[in-house]
Amino acid sequence: MADSANARQDVDMVDSHQERKPQINCQKYEEILIKVLPGEGPGCASFEIKDEDHTLGNALRYMIMKNPMVELCGYSIPHPSENHLNMRIQIYPEYENECRPVDALMKGLDDLYDLCEVVQEKFTEARDKFGNKM
Amino acid sequence: MPSAKSSNRRNIVGVNAETVTNVTSNDFPGHWPGEDHSWNVSKFRETLRIQFFRNDRFHAEFDIVHVDASIANAFRRIMMAEVHSFAIEQCYFLNNTSVIQDEVLAHRLGLVPIVGNHRTMRNMKWHRRGNDPKTGQPYQPTVYDTLILHLQATCERIPNAPKGETDPDKLYRNHTVYARDLEWRPANEAQKEMFGSEPVRAGNPDIVIAKLRPGQELIVTSHAVKGLGKDHAKFSPVATAMYRLLPQITIKETITGKAAERLQKCFSKGVIEIVDGEAKVVNPRNDMVSREVLRHEEFKGKVELGRVRDHFIFSVESAGQWDSDEIFLEAVGILQAKCERLKRHTQRMLQLEAEKADRETKPEAMEED
Repeated sequence: MADSANARQDVDMVDSHQERKPQINCQKYEEILIKVLPGEGPGCASFEIKDEDHTLGNALRYMIMKNPMVELCGYSIPHPSENHLNMRIQIYPEYENECRPVDALMKGLDDLYDLCEVVQEKFTEARDKFGNKM
Repeated sequence: MPSAKSSNRRNIVGVNAETVTNVTSNDFPGHWPGEDHSWNVSKFRETLRIQFFRNDRFHAEFDIVHVDASIANAFRRIMMAEVHSFAIEQCYFLNNTSVIQDEVLAHRLGLVPIVGNHRTMRNMKWHRRGNDPKTGQPYQPTVYDTLILHLQATCERIPNAPKGETDPDKLYRNHTVYARDLEWRPANEAQKEMFGSEPVRAGNPDIVIAKLRPGQELIVTSHAVKGLGKDHAKFSPVATAMYRLLPQITIKETITGKAAERLQKCFSKGVIEIVDGEAKVVNPRNDMVSREVLRHEEFKGKVELGRVRDHFIFSVESAGQWDSDEIFLEAVGILQAKCERLKRHTQRMLQLEAEKADRETKPEAMEED
């Protein structure tokens, strides 16, 4: 009895969550914004990331290059009128078994997220210390 | 291990008469033998320094020290292009007998910053462009994504104006249309209540929209929607969002007397002070790195110019929709959201790949059975 009640509640929550999905770009959510380009190897891969530009591209490149297992990380925007960027990641051969390029990518994203958190924290702190908003 | 001095010189970009040196960042693992440059949040938290110098509603100035240019630049780019604000997108001209053409006026109206209850405007939805695939009709504006602003002005002659008068203020009524004349018409009571005591209005009431002469009339209904600076600059919430690197000036040999005064004149005001007849660098922040000092034969080899590569002096000027410091915080949040979104998509990609691989191997497994 309790189980079935729980099950029903779960379903309800999923439904309401779907309703709350942002209306904008709802078609884009269906489409996956990242794909692996042909020519993938054991420690190397190129990714095509849609809907992103130098803003995320360069910041992410920096964070991925901070990873000691990464031999090379670079990005390019093949054509300015196409809204996507290519990102190349190569892992040192000795780390190939423990870190796939996609893992380095995910770690880069996590690290960038953490960095933002610290910046937010320190920024608020500095602002409150400075005080007087005129 | 490198000495403290050389470690300090690493983050100095050299500025010479004709060249710049040591431009690219090199804080990567493997670049410096025996040093650990891998990413470490707690180390970053320790070294990161943020200091405010100004925090007005329309202008914030702060230093961010020990971040890479790629990160600082991401924040700057997001502030300009990806922080949302409201602007007029559609104009419906009911009458326009002024000398300014409809399309030009519509463009001018678009550039007026639209402000109101900030929280409500943040929570309002995005107006969708194009046609609804279900009906084939364009998406209709709703209370939650569109604000209606009405502009109406008729210029008239003031009766009994003195003869020979040339001042338009004394001759005509309503001869100049300002942004404050934009009147918000809430679509319904609910929308009016959403904004409470902070109704929708022009961010700067004194913007001149058009000039009229007696007999000319302007009646325009316009729709303001939420948008991003990357779509159109009118949606950008900042007037300017910029950073520069902290200048560094090193005087390598003592410069005294008249030469010290000449040296002082090579820099912006307040950069060099003369203490007991000797030139001293007091406030390199004020300098604009004009490189004037490098043109003088007498200072050759005595003065070195540089910029600190990881010391960013940010200046953010708000256009009125957001407080200037809020724009930066919002930008940092947007970068986080970008990371999350891409991570979600990467996970989905991996999941789909695994499912595909599963499907390809399963039929074989069944055959074996």
